[in-house]
Amino acid sequence: MRLAGLSTFATGIALLPVLFPDNYFVTVVGVSAGLHIILVVGLNLLMGYAGQISLGHAAFFGMGAYASAILTTRYAWPSLLAMAAGLLVAGLIAWLLARPILRLRGHYLAMATLGFGIIVHVVMVQATDWTGGPDGMAGIPSLNLLGWEVDSDQRWYGVVAVAALLAIWLSLNIVDSRIGRALRAVRGSEFAARMMGIDTTRAKTQVFVVSALFAAFAGSLFAHQQAFVSPDSFSLLVSVELVIMVVLGGMASTFGAACGAIALTLLNEGLVVFEDYEMLIHGALLMVVMIFLPQGLFVGLSQGGRRLWTLLASTAKP
Amino acid sequence: MPEQLLQFLATGVTVGSIYALVGLGFALIYNASDVVNFAQGEFVMLGAMTTVALLNAGLPLALAGVVATLLTALVGLLLERLAIEPAAGASVVSTIIITIGAAIFLRGVVLLLWGKGFHVLPPFTGDTPIQFWGATLLPQSLWVLGITALLVALVRAFFNRTLLGKALLACSFNRNAAQLVGIDVRVMLRLAYALSAALGALAGILVAPITFTSYEAGVMLGLKGFSAAIVGGIGNPMGAVAGGLLLGVLESLGAGLISSGYKDAIAFLFVLMVLFFEPTGLFGHKTAERV
Repeated sequence: MRLAGLSTFATGIALLPVLFPDNYFVTVVGVSAGLHIILVVGLNLLMGYAGQISLGHAAFFGMGAYASAILTTRYAWPSLLAMAAGLLVAGLIAWLLARPILRLRGHYLAMATLGFGIIVHVVMVQATDWTGGPDGMAGIPSLNLLGWEVDSDQRWYGVVAVAALLAIWLSLNIVDSRIGRALRAVRGSEFAARMMGIDTTRAKTQVFVVSALFAAFAGSLFAHQQAFVSPDSFSLLVSVELVIMVVLGGMASTFGAACGAIALTLLNEGLVVFEDYEMLIHGALLMVVMIFLPQGLFVGLSQGGRRLWTLLASTAKP
Repeated sequence: MPEQLLQFLATGVTVGSIYALVGLGFALIYNASDVVNFAQGEFVMLGAMTTVALLNAGLPLALAGVVATLLTALVGLLLERLAIEPAAGASVVSTIIITIGAAIFLRGVVLLLWGKGFHVLPPFTGDTPIQFWGATLLPQSLWVLGITALLVALVRAFFNRTLLGKALLACSFNRNAAQLVGIDVRVMLRLAYALSAALGALAGILVAPITFTSYEAGVMLGLKGFSAAIVGGIGNPMGAVAGGLLLGVLESLGAGLISSGYKDAIAFLFVLMVLFFEPTGLFGHKTAERV
């Protein structure tokens, strides 16, 4: 079942550039959707499965991006090494932060993650010597995978598609592992989970670090792909947008999260023409989905579909 | 140097008063419904922006302010009725997301109505700075301090001395018990949202002559108000006021003595430290988790 879903998804992704070669929507929007998938699948592990909210996830995205940007342009590091350094930094900060921050619950956790995201954003804007300040940094070299230069839209599509599938595959495996079951227990009731002998602090720390790593990985790819980074790409609004994607797709469903990422990326692309309406629609969407389909658009719709199917099947039988 | 410190303190208390009012709004809604309303900052922005619009339409400032406050209260009421009530019983994460949605939606509406521009309200009584011991204070700051003090006193009296206020408090302690003694909990919730929206709008109108307002102005103010409520121990109205003043002074000192660019980072670093070491806020009740 798991592999069936993944291979369907992979086939779809692989077929798109064949069916529509040189299509702006496939290469450019596709890359953006792919990066969002990595981010959202990671955040979903934390929000959907472990039931912990994060309103500062863009901070880790930014750390990966700025690590790659700074190390490759200022210190001429090879891109893969810079990416590894970014992952290390984001993972380390997430690990240090996890213990005090995940002790908090509900609104307090929301406040703390939000504050963390804003602090990181302020540093990106203010530490001009390192980050180039509000103007950002340009001239980031393209990704070099052991001699293979990722320098065209098609190549980027391929790399990001593979990375996104890898993220989905990893997430599916984590969810089905011992840690995944521990996380679901934490979401159900942290107290009960602890009574069952689950080290809840450790489980939460692990998932926090993993989701930070996913985000930093996406950030590094983003920096190399765009060749430019600025603090705007890692603001509070971006953190909120990632939460919207998780919610839209349906919390606690890896494919749902991936679909949410694709759907919102496409929606934003479609709304470019109606730039002024973008906020209005985002806000309304968030409220309506959360009120009427709290399990998310895709999970809710697929459940509705299944119910309809069983209803039809039962009426068809005499 | 002492003059400078006094100046930072004066600025801090002015800004802190606004945070206190916004925080008070958070505490009010949280008390009545256990919901943290992330659209609180948008009430602040709505109050200021509506006043600007009404002023431009030819209304006198005082009348424009009153009408804007009432309109914002109506928006608060609608928010409760249309978005919070249908989702009754939702988890904390869900309600956070719903109110974030409402905040983005309101920002979107204002953007469509009045555009992206920055607006400013005229000061209530001129802008000749007042000198005191080497520091200067704008007359508007006095308005901010005075009206904030008045509103805080009114809210206190409302909770301690009126039947309605006590009924509202009863809902926060135990909703079922409140229902059983004949309090209409739904009406109380709507009242809490309307009051909180009105408080937010007043804060916005007070501060608009000092800082500019725009469709995005509510984001930071809302977050700082939320911080004030959290630092003060969520659900403790007077704690929120103290938290707001503390945050304002700290931020102003940080901006003056360390770096103005980092002032938001300093404020939120303080909030994080408070949360790490006093996870229920400085003046919060220590409660055991109910299983």
